[in-house]
Amino acid sequence: MSTVLDRTRKRPEFRNIHVTQIVRYRLPPAGIVSILHRVSGALLFLLLPFLIWLFELSLSSELSFARLQAVVSHGLVKLVLLVVLWGFLHHLVAGIRYLALDLHIGFDKGAATKSALAVLVVSLALTLLAGLRLFGVI
Amino acid sequence: MNIGSKRLVVGAHYGLRDWLLQRVTAAVLAAYTLLVVALSVASEPGYDGWARLFAPTWMKALTLIAVASLAYHAWIGVRDIWMDYVKPTGLRLTLQVLTVLWLLACVAWAVQVLWRV
Repeated sequence: MSTVLDRTRKRPEFRNIHVTQIVRYRLPPAGIVSILHRVSGALLFLLLPFLIWLFELSLSSELSFARLQAVVSHGLVKLVLLVVLWGFLHHLVAGIRYLALDLHIGFDKGAATKSALAVLVVSLALTLLAGLRLFGVI
Repeated sequence: MNIGSKRLVVGAHYGLRDWLLQRVTAAVLAAYTLLVVALSVASEPGYDGWARLFAPTWMKALTLIAVASLAYHAWIGVRDIWMDYVKPTGLRLTLQVLTVLWLLACVAWAVQVLWRV
């Protein structure tokens, strides 16, 4: 009985989460999807000029298209592209979940947790596929 | 909160338009992504097929809608990030202005790229 009480007492309590507490704070799957939606959105926003530059190289001329292929064949660029691809795929898949939630589809706690896990699995699987394609494995 | 005796600056409708437009632009971007993926898979690989994809006026118009949607969608999202984490008004306003300028520059650049094809 005392152990139960001790455990209850020892439960960490978070009011206004401080940056230093983030690592110890265990988010539910929906919370992880939520913060990653924000992180991936910010990432895409910051890398927008890079993406438009790639778009420009791809369309300007045959010469610039060849240059794009040379740029993309660089290992470091591939790594950045993989991160961007993850950001895009996560933002897209999580966004579809949010649109469904807005329509009150899968609104109850159990379904929302399952769909949050599904978002993580699907976006990571798609990123893995894109990565394998990008690095020439498939 | 009231400013002056009448003007209500926070209320039930405040932000509804942005909330709705964030979702509308999201749907536009998802549909456009599907379209480009489908069209590029169907077209011949290499520069010619890719450039031909963006040559017709209707594709330029659709891409312009997508670019504008992206800019507005990103504006709402990034503005929300600043509003959540940056409390000093001056700094927040500065960041918001820089965000708008950043996005406008990106739109201008994308339009320029698009209409050169």
